[in-house]
Amino acid sequence: MLAAGFYAALTALVPLAAGPEPERLALVAPGLAWIALVLASLLSLERLFERDLEDGALDLLALGGPPLEAVAAVKTKAQWLAVAAPLSLLAPIAAVALGADPGLAPVILLVALLGGLCFVAVGAVGAALAAGSRRGGLLIAVLVLPLLVPPVIFGAGAIQAADDGVPGGGLALLAAYTLAAAGLSPFATAAALRNAIS
Amino acid sequence: MIAALANPQRFMAVSRPLAPLLGGVSLVLFAVGLWLGFSAPEDYQQGDTVRIMFVHAPAATAGLVAYAALGAASFVGLVWRHALAEAAAKAAAPLGAAFTFLALVTGSLWGKPMWGTWWVWDARVTSVLVLFLLYLGYLALHAAIEDEQKAARAAAILALVGLVNLPIIRFSVDWWNTLHQPASVLRAGGPSMPSEFLTPLLLMMGAYLTAFGALWLVRIRSEVWRRRARRQAGAL
Amino acid sequence: MISALEAQDLTVARGGRVLFERLSFRVEAGEALALTGPNGAGKTSLLRALAGLLRPAAGTVRYRGAEPDRTSQSLHWLGWQDGLKGQRTAADELRFWARWAGESSPRVAEVLDRFGLAACADLETRRLSAGQRRRLALARLSAPPRPVWLLDEPLAPLDAVWRDRMGELMREHLAGGGLIIAAVHDPLPLSARTLDLGVAA
Repeated sequence: MLAAGFYAALTALVPLAAGPEPERLALVAPGLAWIALVLASLLSLERLFERDLEDGALDLLALGGPPLEAVAAVKTKAQWLAVAAPLSLLAPIAAVALGADPGLAPVILLVALLGGLCFVAVGAVGAALAAGSRRGGLLIAVLVLPLLVPPVIFGAGAIQAADDGVPGGGLALLAAYTLAAAGLSPFATAAALRNAIS
Repeated sequence: MIAALANPQRFMAVSRPLAPLLGGVSLVLFAVGLWLGFSAPEDYQQGDTVRIMFVHAPAATAGLVAYAALGAASFVGLVWRHALAEAAAKAAAPLGAAFTFLALVTGSLWGKPMWGTWWVWDARVTSVLVLFLLYLGYLALHAAIEDEQKAARAAAILALVGLVNLPIIRFSVDWWNTLHQPASVLRAGGPSMPSEFLTPLLLMMGAYLTAFGALWLVRIRSEVWRRRARRQAGAL
Repeated sequence: MISALEAQDLTVARGGRVLFERLSFRVEAGEALALTGPNGAGKTSLLRALAGLLRPAAGTVRYRGAEPDRTSQSLHWLGWQDGLKGQRTAADELRFWARWAGESSPRVAEVLDRFGLAACADLETRRLSAGQRRRLALARLSAPPRPVWLLDEPLAPLDAVWRDRMGELMREHLAGGGLIIAAVHDPLPLSARTLDLGVAA
């Protein structure tokens, strides 16, 4: 909810900052909708593990039946469904509102859904690493943003290719990266959490 | 070699003469490399500015090698909980960041006369920039966690995640570059380079890498001393 | 079943500082051990090492009679924090943690009643008093049954009446072949061996 508000406000600021000329906006609209999605997904990661660490619930989760890897995977999935997926629905709306070709909306939606999962999966590792450091959100962003270079590029490439009407490998690359990230992230996240509670 | 260095006592014994030795080799290589570099003929396209390459390209390589060293040390530290490896990882990061930063600055200085601008979103340049950002993340995480043990392990996990990502970042940036500018601007390097350029370049490469080795050893040694001193203070 | 919990030559360090060195003790089934010592002596860290949350710098922890990789299945952990989510109701919390520990059909109402929380079942935990929250956290120990209880300041916010009742509950647990290790400032309301970390260190 909060993330959606942030996302909407951010895209509303774009014409104010870059100038309202439709041609200029249309050129950058898909890219901006995409990068705003990255920021909005990262913003809500701060509390993903921090609260469980503070109130002692993480100790109990670590000592229960299922392994911490499963905890990490479930929390990541929940975060995606609760925060990133709704944001992804906003992405094509924001892009079109900024003047992108409405025909691009389906591609943008698909890219945003995949990318959202990827951001959350990589972001969960950052959130687990930053848990207990008391620097929170800003630290997570500094840790995670460089790691998000590939999905940002692949996603932007996919949208660009659709805009040019040429087939491009962007979507396939993004899907592959997202799958790998979603598969490996729980292990790194669980390792980071074990370290945080030790 | 690795097994011998794994023992802290032996590491301290071996590194004591090795660090100044590497440093000396590095100084000699720097002197010869720079002299050859400055006596090399001007490039017919780039003129004198080609000489920046001798400072720039090896710095980028050293930055990358330092990250590989950081990743390897982090792996050993995580898996075997080896205190010396943790010290090695911690010691490598600021060095790598410094080399990478140097590569960025010299690249920018080189870019101004060559491309007429301080910064070009060229694939290599962008990769180096992302590498620098990875270093910043590592250093920020290490500094943000108070408990040193925890900080070392968290940073090691980050270093490994970064190491896995590095080739993908490299690939993605190359891929992005082909989308936006089909013919790359920069094609210096490669085996087609004439030997008057290649020799000083390789010498400088050696100079940077031995410099990294020497500084790394010195930093690991001081880290080991610091830990010993603190343990002594804690025991009193 | 666990016959004993053994610590051998246990050394634990935090942030480069050694809290205690080469600590060895053995707690038999049916026995309670009270860990005492000043703040910072390492009571909590010792408990965490026994639970397997914290890896000791040296030494071993053995659960006699448990499968080696499944020690966490035979212990209940109660940290100094309650581990409760403020926006969930008492009954929800109890049900969730019982299920998490492997109890398929927890008898929530019955347990809440035993801990004097029947009236609070549908209240969010942030509305409970500190003592009520502690009782709710202690209620987790009853389902599912696990032999080893590792407790950090278990009775701190409780009044005299509830301290006595929890003492009864612990004696019951010991009589049933369980064992308890608790970090405390005030003595436990039952007969227990004491390990003073301030002296051991």
